[in-house]
Amino acid sequence: MKWFLGHLPQIGSLLLNHAVLALIPLVVGLLLAIPLGWLARRYRLLYTPLIAGTGLLYTIPSLALFILMPLILGTGILDPLNVVVALTIYTVALLVRTVADGLGSVPDEVLQAATAMGIGRVRRFFGVELPLAVPVISAGLRVAAVSNVSIVSVAALLGIPQLGSLFTDGFARDFVDPIVVGIIACMVLAFALDLSILGASRALTPWLRTSRPAVGRAA
Amino acid sequence: MISFTDVTKVYPGGTTAVGGLSLVAPTGKITVLVGPSGCGKTTSLRMINRMIEPTSGTIEIDGRDTATLDPNELRRGIGYVIQSGGLFPHRTILDNVATVPLLLGWSRTRSRQVAAELLERVGLAPELGKRYPNQLSGGQQQRVGVARALAADPPVMLMDEPFSAVDPVVREQLQDEFLRLQAELGKTIVFVTHDIDEAIKLGDQVAVLRVGGVLVQLASPAKLLADPHDDFVADFLGRDRGYRGLAFAAAPELPLRDEPVVLLGSPVADGARIAAGDRWVLVVDEARSPLGWAEPEVLTGVIDRHHLHRGGTVARLGGSLRAALDAALSSPSRRGVLVDDDGSLVGTVRAQDVLAAIERRPEGAPA
Ligand SMILES: Nc1ncnc2c1ncn2[C@@H]1O[C@H](COP(=O)(O)OP(=O)(O)OP(=O)(O)O)[C@@H](O)[C@H]1O
Ligand SMILES: [Mg+2]
Repeated sequence: MKWFLGHLPQIGSLLLNHAVLALIPLVVGLLLAIPLGWLARRYRLLYTPLIAGTGLLYTIPSLALFILMPLILGTGILDPLNVVVALTIYTVALLVRTVADGLGSVPDEVLQAATAMGIGRVRRFFGVELPLAVPVISAGLRVAAVSNVSIVSVAALLGIPQLGSLFTDGFARDFVDPIVVGIIACMVLAFALDLSILGASRALTPWLRTSRPAVGRAA
Repeated sequence: MISFTDVTKVYPGGTTAVGGLSLVAPTGKITVLVGPSGCGKTTSLRMINRMIEPTSGTIEIDGRDTATLDPNELRRGIGYVIQSGGLFPHRTILDNVATVPLLLGWSRTRSRQVAAELLERVGLAPELGKRYPNQLSGGQQQRVGVARALAADPPVMLMDEPFSAVDPVVREQLQDEFLRLQAELGKTIVFVTHDIDEAIKLGDQVAVLRVGGVLVQLASPAKLLADPHDDFVADFLGRDRGYRGLAFAAAPELPLRDEPVVLLGSPVADGARIAAGDRWVLVVDEARSPLGWAEPEVLTGVIDRHHLHRGGTVARLGGSLRAALDAALSSPSRRGVLVDDDGSLVGTVRAQDVLAAIERRPEGAPA
């Protein structure tokens, strides 16, 4: 506790770093997964290779990916960009299937009604399909957010500062306080992200929170 | 007017869904496409607004070949109603109805105002506009579907089994309201159903299709019942065709009998006196609206609502022969009750008199 209070500013900056490293890939990954998920739905032939291919990406061990990144990107080993790109790959891996499933959850007759009313394809996607896919996509996003928070800490092994640094630090000095604080801070961050996504998803889907009141008139 | 000229649709798998269909849906009338499952009804309907492109042949709306029009613009001018509504679950009822007006670039205020008026028109309370579709009953959703299709006042409406997902009572109600609405609006409607009774009830003309999308007969409901083109049509129409056909024959002047009546709440003794030896007496309210038949012999006290025999149907004067005959057949006293447009009693009629009127009709098929 004393250690915690004495190092508040340092912990705060590590937390911020951690949050940024987890969040940017989440957002970029989502933005990439939406068109890919759409492609997977739109063209049946692409569905299996896209889903299987992106799913395979998730099986690459994170440490290996972090180390491979500088070779692929030509970045320095300490460049946070390595972490961002690697995590974006994981996020895409998790979300392509989610987005495809989310778009697939939109009832066919709703799509047909939209087409029949003369709603163009682009407008239909953003105005009908995407909003209706929000519940499914946000569920996947929550998993990706929590997973990102946990994977970011692995980057401490490469010396990129974030909450994982507290683990390596505590381990090196055989001192348990930073490790405990690091774990708790990670959990708090993951929980906060999870709650915000849940909150945003609820705000975007008011129609799901409607209970059916008594029927107003006959039939 | 919508005209199909030799329209064929062959799906990629090789299924001929529609085979050389030629047919005209006249302006301001309801044309019903009816036939067994898979006979190409939906395919035919969707070729009109180009949700499906014909393999060959042309479809014209008021003389304009739809193939030359922009599909989205074409569709905004055609109302489309499908089974179970197809409402947008994430938009309020009002916004659902305002969809096409907004697409057409109307202001938000005007679109919403038109939407609110339409909700009222299809018999929905204005406060329902703020709800989401999952907060409505199936029948209400179906009405919203109709309101949404009408929102931009399109001259043409396409309806694909719009009433088949609701229970029979609500369906009948929706059908009646649909006919009332159409009497006001006079849209050019193509209506798809697999229910021949619905086709006969709603259609100005009925097109019977068989599998392969081949038109077997196009005729008015009365003509269809009286003169089916072949066994397929006859089987599809089912039983009681003669009786059902009477629904389309206006009753001529029938020999009405004066019916002695007793007011609800009168002493049973009055009823017995008025019945004068007859077993049944007709009970009416102050406005002379018939309420039901009572049997004074078995009653005591005053004539109460729960004493009334409810079996008898009531026919409107100038209504169909079927209604008049049914009134006589269903009445416990064998006297069919006839009322005027306000619902007041005008007299009773016997089955034999209705049958005599039926016999007097010219022989052969009606027009
Ligand atoms: N997209 C499609 N691809 C291939 N075949 C199709 C397709 N859509 C419909 N069909 C086939 O075309 C035929 C006509 O189908 P359609 O949906 O027009 O029938 P329908 O009369 O509306 O039937 P129902 O009463 O069951 O709705 C059927 O044999 C159907 O299997
Ligand atoms: Mg169909």
